[in-house]
Amino acid sequence: MSRAETGARVIVLGALSAIAEATARLHAAEGARFILAGRDETRLGQVAADLEARGAASCLCRSLDLAAAADSYAAFDEMVEALGGVDYVYLFYGLLGDQDAAERDLAAARDIVRVNFSSAAEWCLAAARRLQAQGSGVLLVASSVAGDRGRQSKPLYGAAKSGLTVLVQGLAHRLAPSGARAVAVKIGFVDTPMTAGSAKGGPLWVTPEQIAPKLRRFADGKRPVVYAPWFWRWIMLVIRLVPAPIFHRTKL
Amino acid sequence: MTSWGRVARGTQVTTRPRFRDLLPATLEANGALSGTSVLPLGLARSYGDSCLNSEGRLVDMTGLDRVIAFDAGTGILRAEAGVSLSALLSLVVPRGYFLPTTPGTRFVTLGGAVANDVHGKNHHLAGSFGCSVRRLRLLRSDGSRLSLSPEESPALFAATIGGLGLTGMIEWLELSLRPIGSAYLDTENLAFGGLEEFFALSAESAETWEHCVSWVDCAAGERSLGRGIFMRGRHRDDGALRAHRDKGGLSVPLELPSFLLNRYSLGAFNALYHALGKRKQGLARTHYESFFYPLDAIRQWNRLYGRRGLYQYQCLVPPETAADAVAALLRRVAASGEGSFLAVLKTFGDKRSPGLLSFPREGTTLALDFVNRGAATLKLLGTLDEIVCQAGGRVYPAKDGRMPAAVFRQGYPDWQRFAEQVDPGFSSDFWRRVAA
Repeated sequence: MSRAETGARVIVLGALSAIAEATARLHAAEGARFILAGRDETRLGQVAADLEARGAASCLCRSLDLAAAADSYAAFDEMVEALGGVDYVYLFYGLLGDQDAAERDLAAARDIVRVNFSSAAEWCLAAARRLQAQGSGVLLVASSVAGDRGRQSKPLYGAAKSGLTVLVQGLAHRLAPSGARAVAVKIGFVDTPMTAGSAKGGPLWVTPEQIAPKLRRFADGKRPVVYAPWFWRWIMLVIRLVPAPIFHRTKL
Repeated sequence: MTSWGRVARGTQVTTRPRFRDLLPATLEANGALSGTSVLPLGLARSYGDSCLNSEGRLVDMTGLDRVIAFDAGTGILRAEAGVSLSALLSLVVPRGYFLPTTPGTRFVTLGGAVANDVHGKNHHLAGSFGCSVRRLRLLRSDGSRLSLSPEESPALFAATIGGLGLTGMIEWLELSLRPIGSAYLDTENLAFGGLEEFFALSAESAETWEHCVSWVDCAAGERSLGRGIFMRGRHRDDGALRAHRDKGGLSVPLELPSFLLNRYSLGAFNALYHALGKRKQGLARTHYESFFYPLDAIRQWNRLYGRRGLYQYQCLVPPETAADAVAALLRRVAASGEGSFLAVLKTFGDKRSPGLLSFPREGTTLALDFVNRGAATLKLLGTLDEIVCQAGGRVYPAKDGRMPAAVFRQGYPDWQRFAEQVDPGFSSDFWRRVAA
């Protein structure tokens, strides 16, 4: 059998994100077949050509605004049909947003919730439906440590990611009897264009290339909710345990 | 922000675009169109100030790390400028290809390899890196996007190869790779007692050994002046196409106190290295990773040279004067008691480098590291400059952080022709120093 017939079938929602691309490269080296979904057609083409050079058996691009899809179910079903089934679904897109702008302008606030939660939830439901029906495959969703405790700097973003994590956790529960799985990965600080406004550097920051192998492993693992890198589990434990009177004196 | 030598450092504004379509906007946002200068940056392995732009901005090109096309039949590869040689090797070695030539570290980008027209142990056969570049795409600050090749646009192509990133931003380039039958090489180490033996070994090996390089004892006194270990290798044909892995390896966690590097420790290290090398003479089967990139196994080895960093001095002297000039340089270094663990000596072949500022040309090159001891080190390097200039040689900009403008101009007589091609929106600390 040729690799085109044996390679895993991978759908990447938000394929232009830096972490998505680094993760897709790991699948490409294994000879995967891809559907890459994202907004910019030219860039998708560039990512696809690179993945093919790195060993991907094939790449199909779907250029669409994932945060504004009219019918996620139909769009997702079409992707699965095009691949002839699916083994890995990754959801990587997100919007850190500007909390100050969101407080001035409700449209900006809605965007943060729509991009990070409502639209993502629809894709997750669409994916879970298919995975449950076929009784195999995994949905891995990039969530955030920001969802672990509400903070004054990013309450909306944190709430949306918190909701997303709980949704995926619930789907993991739902899928468990079928043999399919869902994983929410709470990612810490990663040096990507999304975090371009932050002061970077120091031991907590990692690169997309460092995070990607962990995600690839979690996709084949057992746990439904995980931190990446691992130390965030303990950092967030401490942050959750800080009593409110003390927490409220911080600027986190 | 520091360069590899860690002498030149400063705060620098950098941006890191991830897609090619962002580059024109990146140039504009960083002021390349409006008086501020821009310099593209790769993996910052240049030792001195040629990769710094303290009066302007840097554009980190490592986000542009995609392969655009690879033809496994012909070995022609087109890739974005930020792809590292390391990533490229992981990709092409299993398919039976290797870089046409490689410097002593794989942690450089394609764009950086072109901008410094880097050379490798096979220069006597393959020429410099630029010799294998078929075409490249250059973005200028006037917004033009030019596809350059030696045939269609010889002037700007020649300026861009070895052009230190000053002629514009390289978006992608197309390279002919070298087919290999194995990731392993047959290698041989031979001890030599002096420079005469070195030149004889170089001449004898030039045709049958693709890769040749020598370590030379730069602390040796007059009696053993120019002794060293000659290392040569050629690709095997056993079908074992295992690429290297970037994970693991040792890292130097801290700066070493620089008093540890002194006349005695350096002398002892060099004598020991020579003695061990002598004992390990002979043939071996060696993976390309340890043959080409021994120092890459120790991440951040530059920290061994302490807080004040190091100067590297790499020069080239033409064949007519090489024997005398190299002897004079080694004598001068040994007498100073400064000098390095790993001094490297190699003869370059007569294949012409394509760039106006390309360092490699026919002759002999010597590379040395020096702990930065301030004025004393600079004075020593100044005396080395004199020997090199008298011999009609040149100093390598990628390794330099201090050569006087006069030394640069004498070593690179085409520099004014080059200057005409420099993009007015681009500059670097090095360029302001030697050309302003």
